[in-house]
Amino acid sequence: MKKLINEPGTVLDDALAGIAAAHPDLLAVDTVHRVITRAAAPGPGKVTLVSGGGSGHEPLHGGFVGTGMLDAACPGEVFTSPVPGQMLAAAKAVDTGAGTLFVVKNYTGDVLNFEMAAELAAEDGLLVASVLVDDDVAVRDSTWTAGRRGTGGTVFVEKIAGALAERGAPLAEVADVAGRVNAATRSFAVALTACTAPAAGKPGFALPEDEIEVGVGIHGEPGRRREKLRPAREIVADMMAAVLADRPLTAGDDVLVMVNGLGGTPLLELYVVYREVAALLAGRGVRIAGNLVGNYVTSLDMAGASISVCKVTDDLLALWRAPVHTAALRWGV
Amino acid sequence: MDTALARAWVQAIAAAMDTHQDRLTQLDSAIGDADHGANMHRGFAAVAAALPQDDAATPGAVLARTGSLLISVVGGASGPLYGSAFRSLGTALDAAEVPGAAGPTGGTAAGPEQVAGALAAGLAGVRRLGAAAEGDKTMIDAFAPALMAFRTSAEAGADLAQAAAAAADAAEQGMRATTPMQARKGRASYLGARSVGHQDPGATSTALIFRALADTAAAAKEAP
Repeated sequence: MKKLINEPGTVLDDALAGIAAAHPDLLAVDTVHRVITRAAAPGPGKVTLVSGGGSGHEPLHGGFVGTGMLDAACPGEVFTSPVPGQMLAAAKAVDTGAGTLFVVKNYTGDVLNFEMAAELAAEDGLLVASVLVDDDVAVRDSTWTAGRRGTGGTVFVEKIAGALAERGAPLAEVADVAGRVNAATRSFAVALTACTAPAAGKPGFALPEDEIEVGVGIHGEPGRRREKLRPAREIVADMMAAVLADRPLTAGDDVLVMVNGLGGTPLLELYVVYREVAALLAGRGVRIAGNLVGNYVTSLDMAGASISVCKVTDDLLALWRAPVHTAALRWGV
Repeated sequence: MDTALARAWVQAIAAAMDTHQDRLTQLDSAIGDADHGANMHRGFAAVAAALPQDDAATPGAVLARTGSLLISVVGGASGPLYGSAFRSLGTALDAAEVPGAAGPTGGTAAGPEQVAGALAAGLAGVRRLGAAAEGDKTMIDAFAPALMAFRTSAEAGADLAQAAAAAADAAEQGMRATTPMQARKGRASYLGARSVGHQDPGATSTALIFRALADTAAAAKEAP
């Protein structure tokens, strides 16, 4: 497998040096602790947002550090959660005394490490709350699994909670709105190819040319089942059926929609997918009040797409539309 | 177990993770995200590099320090789980040390029954954090039978090397028994029935850790 890397062991450090060099106006990178912070410190009294997770999902999370979104991100090794010391360093680097919200995707490693970090932070006198993102409807029977995964919905949570924090809201309110966004969001993903982690050097699973993996996560793990490749219209109809069965929508509802590329799918195909999603929602009288089409929560070089739908009320929509200025998301400024 | 044996055990684990890195990653790519080998190798390599400079004076301190390093280096689920296992194990071993039972390098030493108690504390740490039980297709499926075999041998009068050999055999048996299981914890759980037919990478690394203990204890017994 061909990769534009120097060597597997230095991918993360090389990429961190790269993001620092690319966005000096927006970001600062502490390469020792592997923490990405805003270039300008948050103002006094601002609740801070810290997120993190394995690398390989770029632009998540470093690309969302900036005004109106995250204050700091801590990237772990590829597909491996960061360690508690890293999360603690991130929280301390941006602490204003008003408290920090940890945005945690529901994966066993992320949950355990962020729990430990929250304990360490409390011991150091920091005020910390956490929100768990678990939007993936491909995982249904949580009694028999580690629970729903956190995937594309993370972008909605970070943007909307980040906007509220930017307005000066207290920690409890920021945590509450983050939980509301998560509860209102459902996602579903399909993969056309497996991805290749640099350390592994070969694809995570073998997929015949005419088959797709349905219900994949964002770590190159196989999905829930395998199907024959069909026209996008039919695949999207199935994905949306799963989303809407879990979080029904009625005529007049407002939603945010994200059609997210997993890293190896061209924008041309993502627009094909978006067209089908838009037509399907229009047919039900559901209004798309905001959308994102592009690569936001990737799985290295995996071809495929996820669809995330978030039902919004007016207050959530206003926060979504509030100014944001990060490396990967920018409007209103 | 004395301080020298604890250090030798951890060094042996580091060597095993180096040797079996690709195999662990290969197992993890079937039902997980293909990083278990790299993570375990990174963690124990860091421990092996730090130990010679570490002034831990008891076997418990060596193992507790190992756990702390794993938590701060590994990440993922294996970092906190193995980190807690070694921290709990080390703390319990320190509490159970037998004063005066000095090993060849001086310091304190623990007998097979104290080690059994410490292993039990390590397993309890993993159970608490991971909220997993036997049959969930996790490291516990190797750890729990290993502890049982170790304890049974120790109670029957076996020395550390004999008890550790019994534990390593039981861990490997437990590891192989994960193949037909359906995962209910960790990333493999998302595969549902598709996780059946693959050996669990976490149970495999646990078996390597017990085999390293058996080999180290046997070597120490043969040494003059």
